[in-house]
Amino acid sequence: MNAAPAPALPKSLQDNPALGQWLSLATPGRVAITPGKVELGQGIATALAQIAAEELDLPLSRIDAQPVDTDLSANEGLTAGSQSVEISGASLRLAAAQARAALLDAAAARLGADTASLTCDDGTILREGAATGLDFWALAADLDWQQPVTGQIEPKPVAALRLVGTSAPRADLMPKATQGGFIHDLTLPDMLHARVIRQPVRLARLAEVDQAWLARRHPGLSVIRKGDFLALTGDDEYQLHSAHLEAEFFTRWDDPAQPWHPTATPPETAIMAAEPPVNAANRRLTARYSRQSIAHGSIGPSCALAQWLDGRLTVWTHSQGIFPLRAVIARTLGLAPADVRVIHADGSGCYGHNGADDAALDAAIVAMERPGRPIRLQWSREDELSRGPVGAAMSATIEAALDGDDRVASWRMSVTSAPHAQRPGFGGFANLTSAEALDPSSRPLQVEDLPQAAGGGASRNAVAIYDLPGQDVRVRLDAESPVRTSSLRALGAHLNVYAIESAMDELAALAGADPLRFRLRHLSDPRCRAVLEQAAQMAGWPGPDGEGEGRSMGLGVARYKNKSAWLAAVAQVSVDESIRVERLWLAVDAGRLINPEGARSQIEGGALQSLSWTTKEGIALVDGRIPPLDWDSYPILRFSELPQIETRFIIDPAHPPLGAGEAAQGPVAAAIGNAVARALGARLRDLPLTRERMMQTLLEE
Amino acid sequence: MSGMVSFTVNGTPVTAPTEGDEALLFHLRNRLGLTAARFGCGQEQCGACIVQIDGQPRYACGTSVAALEGCAVTTPEALSGDPVGQALIQAFAAETAGQCGYCLAGILISAHALLSASPQPSQDQIIAALDRHLCRCGANGAILRAIRRAADTLAEATA
Ligand code: FES
Ligand code: FES
Repeated sequence: MNAAPAPALPKSLQDNPALGQWLSLATPGRVAITPGKVELGQGIATALAQIAAEELDLPLSRIDAQPVDTDLSANEGLTAGSQSVEISGASLRLAAAQARAALLDAAAARLGADTASLTCDDGTILREGAATGLDFWALAADLDWQQPVTGQIEPKPVAALRLVGTSAPRADLMPKATQGGFIHDLTLPDMLHARVIRQPVRLARLAEVDQAWLARRHPGLSVIRKGDFLALTGDDEYQLHSAHLEAEFFTRWDDPAQPWHPTATPPETAIMAAEPPVNAANRRLTARYSRQSIAHGSIGPSCALAQWLDGRLTVWTHSQGIFPLRAVIARTLGLAPADVRVIHADGSGCYGHNGADDAALDAAIVAMERPGRPIRLQWSREDELSRGPVGAAMSATIEAALDGDDRVASWRMSVTSAPHAQRPGFGGFANLTSAEALDPSSRPLQVEDLPQAAGGGASRNAVAIYDLPGQDVRVRLDAESPVRTSSLRALGAHLNVYAIESAMDELAALAGADPLRFRLRHLSDPRCRAVLEQAAQMAGWPGPDGEGEGRSMGLGVARYKNKSAWLAAVAQVSVDESIRVERLWLAVDAGRLINPEGARSQIEGGALQSLSWTTKEGIALVDGRIPPLDWDSYPILRFSELPQIETRFIIDPAHPPLGAGEAAQGPVAAAIGNAVARALGARLRDLPLTRERMMQTLLEE
Repeated sequence: MSGMVSFTVNGTPVTAPTEGDEALLFHLRNRLGLTAARFGCGQEQCGACIVQIDGQPRYACGTSVAALEGCAVTTPEALSGDPVGQALIQAFAAETAGQCGYCLAGILISAHALLSASPQPSQDQIIAALDRHLCRCGANGAILRAIRRAADTLAEATA
């Protein structure tokens, strides 16, 4: 055994120390892994299986990633923030390495041999290369599965990796595409369908349900009404679906007694403080950048199943955090947490805190009212776009000045944002829409930002990566927002990086400098310089164009959360009738890659989503509320609008893996914005960069 | 308006009541246990539900079962049973064309109809065939590559 000084254990291992919380050899020939991070469509199950197979010297095909389940899995909190592979992978890696060592020790004890003489291959134990008749599964009973994972057993050195770092195919993908496998496809015997009729606005009071009308038109459906929570159930899903679309004909709602008002507006926070500049430089920039609320827009609407049977509630959900969700469901329904079991099932692509948790509580409430029967509850498209949590509207104002040497002499950025963190249980509040419908007093009474240690929310990437003297950064949360906002991929980093990188281009223009050279002049972080130079080289920066010629390149760069992956983007856009992103070049440093193809697809997927947010998406509130939305009124990127994308990784195997799934959101937005500004000869500071905005800006110029 | 309607699903005869005017998508998922065609919007705006009716891609969410007398419905479950479908499935797997995979069933059906009619489609034809499909995960690029790859594989096989 190789005793190393104990490194700090990953948080997941501190919380879940027992070896048996991570893996099990209960089924002969199989290894079940039970980490607590859930599949969100990002392929994490495959990446984690690769890690376990690697350390145990097994083929990938022997690993079964178990559905994450509050009864069975390690409690790893949320799957969010691109950290799944960083944290969960590091923990599983140490657990698997320790399991392998313990199995070899157990074999040595049985054989009376020296552990050093033993190796393993595909689960069988070899002594000096010869078969011993022992295998992992025969030895499993000899192990103490309660032993803590200490981190003392060194995992394989990088040079010895054989599976990690290869593009293992996603085994789950094609069966899902051609058969089933989503939560939407689960069926349980005697299942009853359900739909919730949502409050048209937060805290609206349910005044009347015309049950007679409903009974005439849709016999066979029944109504559940509890406080302002209203649901329909029925055996025929299509009838239920049709009735739900007619809700306005049989329900009447009263406006809330008072308009939405949380009680506490938090004070402005200084993320980084500096004295105001003394001598007023003559070349200065003051600019305000903004985005509206953004919908998650999963293609499959939120769905959940629940069953209340023999005093225990079981909930199937595509939530990002089944343990926190269990606590909130239990509290809302007055149950003990031990009486609630939450099981994860794969949902449609998840990009943050969407309607999944809400749907889970919806189904749970209905299940309590229909004891014994499994309930399947699905949201409508309109509710998915308009009634789930949305990404926060934000603005950022930057005041900066140049000195006589064309360097930034002062930089003040102030961010105002709706909250990015209103997940179930945060701040002690349920933060679930049906909890508010059952009891309006459960609504959140104060808001807070994610702490900087967690990467911040509104403050995420608000500190520029450049060497800026007098950098001053402040963040204020807008607690008045009547709209339920929460975490959407990259949180504040999308708008903050857009603002910083736009301002850098605007300052470069003031200095009469090329945007690339101007950035490099202010950039000492070597890995950041490397991605920036790489992306510029891939694109042939600065391109053949001139200012205002209709086709231009722009660039953007950031290190996600200022501590995760570095990513530089160059966009080429053409602008005439409308804005078209023709090409994107991405250069990424995410350290060592577990699954290069998986990482590339996550990054390119993130880049396209950011392109869609940046050029097409934003929710305009009507009377302080989100209007009913569909894919016509809330369009997203289509196949015909796809740019050509080229991605390159800068890989130094000595660098540990860094989450990359959210790294593209800010830099891609910035690259597009900067390209549009050059092509147009005028800058659009407010997102999305639509044709209407473009016309308006040109008229104002 | 009660009565019965007869059609086939993946070659198997089906009879269904016309009463209730059930949409094909719900019929497939809830009565026939064919869950690959998916509910995305119910408004003919996303393409997640698309199946083939007599070889043509059609929105199952907006097609009434009552209108299917004599039609042949093909769902994503049938794709593995013919060469074009097999080539597509292999190509999508090889390109990791998809992240969550929710949009893929409908996309495979549209791609299958395209390659069946034009085995060597131009890039513009592929894009046109997919433009009614939405993919929120941004797997679009890999999906286009996969369809091209499937077309190439089929061309080699017949060469
Ligand atoms: S579900 Fe039919 S098009 Fe969206
Ligand atoms: S792969 Fe998730 S929607 Fe297309």
